[in-house]
Amino acid sequence: MPLTNQLRDDILASVPSLRAFAISLSGNGDRADDLVQETLLRAIANIDSFQPGSNLPAWLFTILRNLFRSDYRKRRREVEDAEGNYAKTLKTQPSQSAHLEFEEFRAALDKLPQDQREALILVGASGFSYEDAAAICGCAVGTIKSRVNRARSKLSALLYVDGAEDFGPDDTVRAVIGGNG
Amino acid sequence: MMKEVKSQPSNLGAPRKQGGLNAEIQSRIGHQLRAMYDDVVRQGVPDRFAELIRKLDQPGAQGGGETDKNNGRE
Repeated sequence: MPLTNQLRDDILASVPSLRAFAISLSGNGDRADDLVQETLLRAIANIDSFQPGSNLPAWLFTILRNLFRSDYRKRRREVEDAEGNYAKTLKTQPSQSAHLEFEEFRAALDKLPQDQREALILVGASGFSYEDAAAICGCAVGTIKSRVNRARSKLSALLYVDGAEDFGPDDTVRAVIGGNG
Repeated sequence: MMKEVKSQPSNLGAPRKQGGLNAEIQSRIGHQLRAMYDDVVRQGVPDRFAELIRKLDQPGAQGGGETDKNNGRE
């Protein structure tokens, strides 16, 4: 389909969530914006392959996700840098304790396997259905569901030492002191 | 002593096992995830992207590339 004004506006309207997705995936604000830019260029260049009436955000997310994954293979992320860079992209600086909590969450998210992280973000933050998320990631709906579930349990284990239900008090204390297994 | 509460099992502090994650923890994770995400969404569209789309909309620019001298083909 040709690039109509409407379509151009719709693409632009997707930019905020594309950026949020890119930052959540990469943990790095500068790199995220490069990813978004590359996504927009690809989208415009391939606009003929977009099916009118189909889900434009899902189409754009698919492009971004694939770009990120091919890029990811080439270079490893610099995790320490990522945290600082992400904090810089925040408009309002969170309070001290909220900031700490945020950093912990960000760090835990970074520890998830990529498959699980992207599934969790798409469903839990971007608000895509399991079906759309499956289409974006090119896998089965059941696969997305299990990735989201695994992501959630791993995050809760990392952040809240969930799984403490089987421990006595002493074991719980030891698990906390012992940190991440 | 204060520690001796074993005789009266209380489920107040203990995480519950319910075949999945504690519901409260789940909702905290969801909340944090969306807070992180929405913070970026609220920043709106940075100028560079609005600019980019506008430029790309010019005739001749879509073919992708440096051939902006060549102003369309009509």
